[in-house]
Amino acid sequence: MNASGTPAPAPGEIALEVGDLTVSFAGRVVLDDVSFTMRRGEFTGLIGSNGTGKTTLLRAILGLQAPSAGTIRIGDRDRRQGQAVGYVPQKILFDPDVPLRARDLVSLGLDGNRLGLPLPSRTKRDLTEEMLAAVDALDFADSRVGTLSGGEQQRVLIAHALIRRPLLLLLDEPLANLDIHSEQEVVDLVARVAREQQIAVLISAHDMNPLMEVMDRVIYLANGRAVVGTTDEVVRTDVLSALYGHHVDVIRVHDRILVVAGRAEGGAMLDGHEPPDLGRP
Amino acid sequence: MASVFSYAFEPGFFSSGPVLTAVVVGGVAAVVSGVIGTFTVMRGQSFAGHALSDVSAAGGSAAFLLGISPLLGFVGMGVLGAGSMELIGVRRAEGRDLATGVVLGGGLGLTALLLYFDSTSQSTTGAAITVLFGSMFAIPSSSVPLVVAVSAVALVAVGVIYRPLLLSTLSPDLASVRGVRVRLVGVVYLVAMALAVALSALTVGAILSTALLIGPAATALRLTRRPARAVFIAAALGLAATWLGIVLSYDSYYWSSSHRGWPVSFFVVSIIFLGYLVLRRPPRRRTATADVGDGANATDGRHGLRGAAAPGTAR
Amino acid sequence: MFSSFMVDTWVVASIVAVVAGVVGFFVVVRGSAFAAHALPLGAFSGAAAASLVGVSTLGGLVVFSVLGALGIGRLGRRGHHDVATALSLVVLLGLGALFLSMTSEYAPEVESLLFGEVLGVAASAVLPVALLGALCVAAVAVLYRPLLLTSVAPELAEARGLRIGRTELWFLLILATTTAVALPVVGALLVFSLMVGPPAAARSFTDRPPVAIALSVVLALATVWSSIALSYALNWPVGFFVGMLGVFAYGAGRLWAWRRRMGRARRATRTVSPRSLPPRAARRVAG
Repeated sequence: MNASGTPAPAPGEIALEVGDLTVSFAGRVVLDDVSFTMRRGEFTGLIGSNGTGKTTLLRAILGLQAPSAGTIRIGDRDRRQGQAVGYVPQKILFDPDVPLRARDLVSLGLDGNRLGLPLPSRTKRDLTEEMLAAVDALDFADSRVGTLSGGEQQRVLIAHALIRRPLLLLLDEPLANLDIHSEQEVVDLVARVAREQQIAVLISAHDMNPLMEVMDRVIYLANGRAVVGTTDEVVRTDVLSALYGHHVDVIRVHDRILVVAGRAEGGAMLDGHEPPDLGRP
Repeated sequence: MASVFSYAFEPGFFSSGPVLTAVVVGGVAAVVSGVIGTFTVMRGQSFAGHALSDVSAAGGSAAFLLGISPLLGFVGMGVLGAGSMELIGVRRAEGRDLATGVVLGGGLGLTALLLYFDSTSQSTTGAAITVLFGSMFAIPSSSVPLVVAVSAVALVAVGVIYRPLLLSTLSPDLASVRGVRVRLVGVVYLVAMALAVALSALTVGAILSTALLIGPAATALRLTRRPARAVFIAAALGLAATWLGIVLSYDSYYWSSSHRGWPVSFFVVSIIFLGYLVLRRPPRRRTATADVGDGANATDGRHGLRGAAAPGTAR
Repeated sequence: MFSSFMVDTWVVASIVAVVAGVVGFFVVVRGSAFAAHALPLGAFSGAAAASLVGVSTLGGLVVFSVLGALGIGRLGRRGHHDVATALSLVVLLGLGALFLSMTSEYAPEVESLLFGEVLGVAASAVLPVALLGALCVAAVAVLYRPLLLTSVAPELAEARGLRIGRTELWFLLILATTTAVALPVVGALLVFSLMVGPPAAARSFTDRPPVAIALSVVLALATVWSSIALSYALNWPVGFFVGMLGVFAYGAGRLWAWRRRMGRARRATRTVSPRSLPPRAARRVAG
């Protein structure tokens, strides 16, 4: 049951299975023995401050970062066989002088990696139109990607990622550069699409509050290690303190969660929403 | 030991006037290029540096036409070129390169026209080659004072703006917050670069002055992350390459019986290139997503040297 | 101007313009102006080498520009090829200086190779130019989508399994061949202007890639034809006109883009989200 009280959909097939994943480079262990499973239709938040390995985890799932140990399976096949995974990177700086419309970028989501001249096809056009409608981007579909606002660009990138009907959708800090209004729009949009199309969604953020209402589960990353479960299970003083190896207090105020560094620091209140970055050894 | 020495330096090297002029002028040009080139590479403006040298070639051809000192032609046109680039003033790196390219196209078009006039007016076809490839041993010794003066101006300019230049190279935003007039500093730097380029255009030609500007600096930035050290190393490398090139070129006159000799520019450029290949260390990956680039993108925890943000470096 | 010995020039120039227009679109979109400038200069040295060795000039041009492309591609770091481009350029030119010094008969050809020569096209060159040109255009067609995606959004391309470095190398090779083919007519120093000016203008007039490419070809053809005609009439180098027209085209494009931006700003009626408040402050206010 997620926070808004609506019953969660019946557990779908497994979309992503990460087992004992360890990633280290430059002499540093970035991810240490991380394991979790995601099912279709599930909305999971990947929470951790900057530098904790969120992007590394996403890149590993995408196949862009080789793991030092562990397995990653998408659907029922091993990662290496290249299934469709939708990916929405952090804000891309598009050149406003480049002649490419939002619509074109979304079509490229279908076949951007194929060789040969793209033949105009009705199917492609319809699919593109459908995706643009689904993310509510028809108004600016014919504008250049470089002239879109942050929120608009976000929606186009989501359409680009979803047009191939992937099993899994990864979003890397999609809320980082948005104002509240757009933030909420994006979260609602992604949650809706996830339910409708039964996609497993993994959304990384350093602040879990905007995701509270739609998140089914949380993967909380700190010091390279992860704790997985529902918000009630994971975001607790005892659990997080164990994860950080250091006392932290979890405080709920008006439906918001604050993770605060513990008594050792004199109960120093951090910028309320961010879990403390306890640094690396 | 004495025989090695005499083997390395063919007879007459030290007593030849043109050679000594070449050593002085070439050395000065190399040092100035190395110093300024370090910033060029850090700022990722290699194209602008090359474009300025090509544009100043137009000045050189005009000078030939008008019969005035080539150095003045190079310098004048170079400064004009720097000004126009700054005027077009595009912030994004790709747009900037495009604008640079367009200015370059205009400048080269002019050069084409002027060289054409040169060849019809004086029936000498050597102008193009001299302007473009230089003639190290044909520099009149009377130009030495002017060369020294121009280099002094360039070096002093860079010395004066050293800290604001460094800061605005690392982060223009940080610099403006600190009160640095980023655009002004940029213009002064471009002009200094135009001077450096004009100087080396005189010795190795407009096209190859890029080698002196970029090569030693790029090598130096691979060897060290500290800007001050890089500047020093770049100047030293450029100087060494130039002097070695002069020696080899002089010696090459004696290698074949036809006494043709190989051009200095060839030796200098080859030495610089080989030096780069040999001395650059394979890139160390700092994190999975950061891309350690050639100076232009050198990320350094201590000094935070960073060029235009490459996609994928954002966490 | 249209006499029999000029026909070949017109034919070759038109082929060159078409190829330059197509490839140039990607030069501009990828920001590869420096490479487009450097490769023909490297090729120029190849021509000198070819005359020294006694083989076809076009062969020398192609070989050296391909060498340049490999240098840029292999020495360059992802996204930062400018140092590699500068170094590849100067090393090839240094070789060129050497070759030039070795052959005294070459001097008069230097200028025409550098700045373009209306009469510089032999009848025998038409077929190889046509073939190589067709090859370049075909290669762009085949790589169209990967080129587009890697140029506009490398992160997305990467996530799709496209190899950025590999695509860049292929593009550089196409660019190298294009410049080698265009060089004899337009000249080493100005051939890049043909690949930068027209596309830079074209992209300001339309938002759609295929249309931009078509427009770029049209503008390139116009540039080349006018340059040849003017060069023939005034006896001035072709390169001069190409350079100037390129500046003009770029300027027109910038102006048009500026006008569109102003128009769009005036027409903006969408409600603007409260972006002036930093996110956290906004949340505290809302929370």
